Amino acid sequence: MHDAAMLLAVLVATLRAATPLVLAGLGELVAERAGVLNLGLEGMMLVGAVTGFIAAVATGNLAWGLLAAMLAGAAMAAAFAFLTLGLRANQVATGLALTIFGVGFSALVGNSYQSQPIQGLATTLFPELSTAGPLLQQVLLIDPLVWLSLVAPVLVHRFLYRSRAGLILRAVGESHDVAHAFGYHVIRIRVLATLFGGAMSGLAGAYLSLAYTPMWTENMVAGRGWIALALVVFSTWKPGWLVVGAWLFGFVTIAGFQAEALGLSVSPQLLATLPYLSTIIVLVLISRDRVRLKLNAPAALGKPFNPAA
Amino acid sequence: MRLSLEPRTSPWPLMSALAPLLAVALATLGAGILFALMGRDPLAALHALFLSPLDSVNGLAELALKATPLLLCAIGIAIGVRANVWNIGAEGQFIIGAICGGGVALYFGPDGGWWLLPLMLLAGVAGGMAWAAVAAFLRTRFNAHEILVTLMLSYTAVQVLGWLVHGPWQDPEGFNFPQTPLFEPGALLPVLIEGTRVNLGAVFALLSVPLGSLLLGRMMVGFRIRVVGLAPGAARYAGFSEAGTVWFCLLLSGGLAGLAGICEVAGPIGQLLPVISPGYGFAAIIVAFLGRLHPVGILFAALLMALLYLGGEGLQISQQLPLAVTGVIQGMLLFFLLGADVFIGYRVRIVPRTPRHA
Amino acid sequence: MLLSRRTLLLAPPAAGLAARTAAAAGPMKVGFVYVSPIGDAGWSFQHELGRRAVDAALGSAVKTVYVENVEEGADAERVIRKLASDGNELIFATSFGYMNPTLKVAQQFPKIRFEHATGYKRAANVATYSARFYEGRYVAGMIAARMSKTGIMGDVAAFPIPEVVQGINAFTLGARSVNPKAQVKVVWTSSWFDPGKERAAADVLIAQGADVITHHTDSTAIAQVGEEKGVFTVAYNSDMAKYGPKTCLTAVTHVWGDYYVGRVKAAMAGTWTSGDTWGGFKDGMVKLAPYNAAVPDAVRQEAAAKIAQIADGSLKPFQGPIMDQSGKPKVAAGAAMSDKEIAEMKWFVEGVQGKI
Repeated sequence: MHDAAMLLAVLVATLRAATPLVLAGLGELVAERAGVLNLGLEGMMLVGAVTGFIAAVATGNLAWGLLAAMLAGAAMAAAFAFLTLGLRANQVATGLALTIFGVGFSALVGNSYQSQPIQGLATTLFPELSTAGPLLQQVLLIDPLVWLSLVAPVLVHRFLYRSRAGLILRAVGESHDVAHAFGYHVIRIRVLATLFGGAMSGLAGAYLSLAYTPMWTENMVAGRGWIALALVVFSTWKPGWLVVGAWLFGFVTIAGFQAEALGLSVSPQLLATLPYLSTIIVLVLISRDRVRLKLNAPAALGKPFNPAA
Repeated sequence: MRLSLEPRTSPWPLMSALAPLLAVALATLGAGILFALMGRDPLAALHALFLSPLDSVNGLAELALKATPLLLCAIGIAIGVRANVWNIGAEGQFIIGAICGGGVALYFGPDGGWWLLPLMLLAGVAGGMAWAAVAAFLRTRFNAHEILVTLMLSYTAVQVLGWLVHGPWQDPEGFNFPQTPLFEPGALLPVLIEGTRVNLGAVFALLSVPLGSLLLGRMMVGFRIRVVGLAPGAARYAGFSEAGTVWFCLLLSGGLAGLAGICEVAGPIGQLLPVISPGYGFAAIIVAFLGRLHPVGILFAALLMALLYLGGEGLQISQQLPLAVTGVIQGMLLFFLLGADVFIGYRVRIVPRTPRHA
Repeated sequence: MLLSRRTLLLAPPAAGLAARTAAAAGPMKVGFVYVSPIGDAGWSFQHELGRRAVDAALGSAVKTVYVENVEEGADAERVIRKLASDGNELIFATSFGYMNPTLKVAQQFPKIRFEHATGYKRAANVATYSARFYEGRYVAGMIAARMSKTGIMGDVAAFPIPEVVQGINAFTLGARSVNPKAQVKVVWTSSWFDPGKERAAADVLIAQGADVITHHTDSTAIAQVGEEKGVFTVAYNSDMAKYGPKTCLTAVTHVWGDYYVGRVKAAMAGTWTSGDTWGGFKDGMVKLAPYNAAVPDAVRQEAAAKIAQIADGSLKPFQGPIMDQSGKPKVAAGAAMSDKEIAEMKWFVEGVQGKI
């Protein structure tokens, strides 16, 4: 019985650690599929986290917090879209600027909210959580956002591969000139994909500040935006593999802790290089012949679209 | 009505000069409003941000010190971007350069002679090059995109440094704190102005400006880079090798970033620590774009970026404003600068929308 | 108005030093450097409370300034130097990584006094200070073991530096003083501040049967996880009762205010000298935060007695016999570890499950 509870606990801990990576990664995946490379995930997640927290404190309702976080993430993405798609600024530079702005802005507006304790999503939904037995407790910890991280990849997959809109979106990411020639609104589609990416990043940030560690502190995203970015490449832009990558990453972290708590020695630094090195390996595997790369990577990723050209 | 962008046949030179000024003016205005909203005297706060860091020799020296790594990294990045080779992993090359050069300093310890410092600098450059060479190899051999590879290698480098200072290279006298022993005095870059911290590294950084300009403007390689960057097909037709350009650009920018890394640890830091860069390699990408990918522009951009870092501390001390304010102002400035660029390459026109409801 | 300010600022950098004599009449300027954002809890927050205590105690006789979130490395030296040349007469550098930068600046400003927290290098104008956090850990370990049902406790720690190792060992020894079979499982996060990672680590420890969790990191995540899962916690740095109203048993807190006020007064009176201060319960530099209602009276009294014994020196947390993890005797019965041995501690005592 105890072993079952422990196994379940490890699985749930992995799922929960992976949730923000899946949510933010899915958003970025859709944006990149449309050809937009937004490196500002970390900034959008932070702004989502702080906005969600403030809205939840102000309204006393976590749902409003989540909604506000998505809007805030989308607003950040809108600024990015305005600069890169509207004014054709460079995507890499603008994405980095978005992160710098997001780190500062979230810290500034969140300054007076740092001392606010708040009831997290899981305990709000399941008040009996802290007194439940170990098995039941683990089940209750799978809150709606964790469920969403399981369902959303399926929906995104269906959207990308089974819907007309998804087909158009991928076409825009493959070759904006061809898509334009077919009469699609390249810029409009890219803006929408970018906004979706921002909203998902905002939601991922709010998962951290409202569910995983219900609090607001400066820089609490702590690099998860960058990991999500790596996972998108690792997944070869496929939602299913993104989830697998996020679970693997979450599992490696949890398993590392698990080994340490049992008295085994692992180098946490070398463990931490694993997701990045494996991403490079995957990238090499899919890139080595051009046909395979074409099947996997959006060809127009990061390239500006100039309708008159 | 709506806005429409029409590409100009050639960049608008007046705007090239005006756009950054416009952006700085807008950001200053935004910062002033922000200060007023936070209940501070906007003029005093702006003064603390932009002017007070420059009020002494030491302040100017600190500005040069802070701009050095930004400048070195940004010049390499910009030359690459001109050739459509995207090295966004200068941060990683910076760290590996610091590790290699610092490793030399630690290996020889007090036994080093006059040759130690040059050897460290060479090792730093070689380390940065080697880290970038991984990306060049994977791009030319396996077609793996260097944006993603260099980015991943940056995070890997951070962990490698962490592992070294927590493990094999840890100072045995250091109470288990994650740090290496201090470098010997002979392994430190000579200071240029007594009493300040500005060192030989600033000279390297300054030299990289004319050298970079020369490379881009006059030399054959420079020409080649431009052709490859603008039209790969034409370049291949003219006999230029794409692979050669990739290798050249990544080795050059990796070497410069590595040089910046060793200059930082053999300069103001004087040992290896778990964190040796507050993100210089990433900030340098922005610096490269702010400087319009031109070495002279980059020089000014690096100084401006360095000033914002220094001014942020001044704001805390004299105005009791949190550091976060600086991040917001930095972000605003970058947005305005990136946005203002549109006027250089495009003509903005207001197109009256045909009314739907007559 | 702008003109006058400009003339003032164009003055040579030595003006700061020259102003020192004049400053004797005006308020004394004192600077503080913090390694992280101040926030609402944690290491830097406790130092900020110390700064506020100086302001409260000395009022208009002092003018304190602080700079937060200063990276350990090249930036620290610039900030410390800026504070020195701005005419601050006493500067507190509150993180270990400021050690070498502080010494470098101190060399250039021999008339300014510096205080470096948790370091081991001193100079004529650089004093060091720290607190015996392990004393608090010992009593906290004892309370934790009294409250634990499984006898398994967890510790989420950042890096294996001596200060952290001392804390883990003292916690374990305290726990074993009331339950000889107690186990403390250690997990490293390799980061002073990453709430998400701390939470994941706590999840794992709880899954492995730990029913009291403590931490040596900078966020409030552990207290919150405990509250969510109904697991007792012992917080660190700051009182975190509001994050764990039902489960956070107490916190091992640092109290710098008295020390800071004393040192500032000494500097004003001209009696300041360099040296090393390593204060504990006796000096009021380490305190346990108010106990949770869940802690029974008997345990409270037991804890109070232990604190009194530690304060008067009759109980030393690192008193022999102490075994290491393999059961090998490290400290003989009747002997106690010297301050130097404690300061260099690099090994775990028996009962700790984890590796350095």
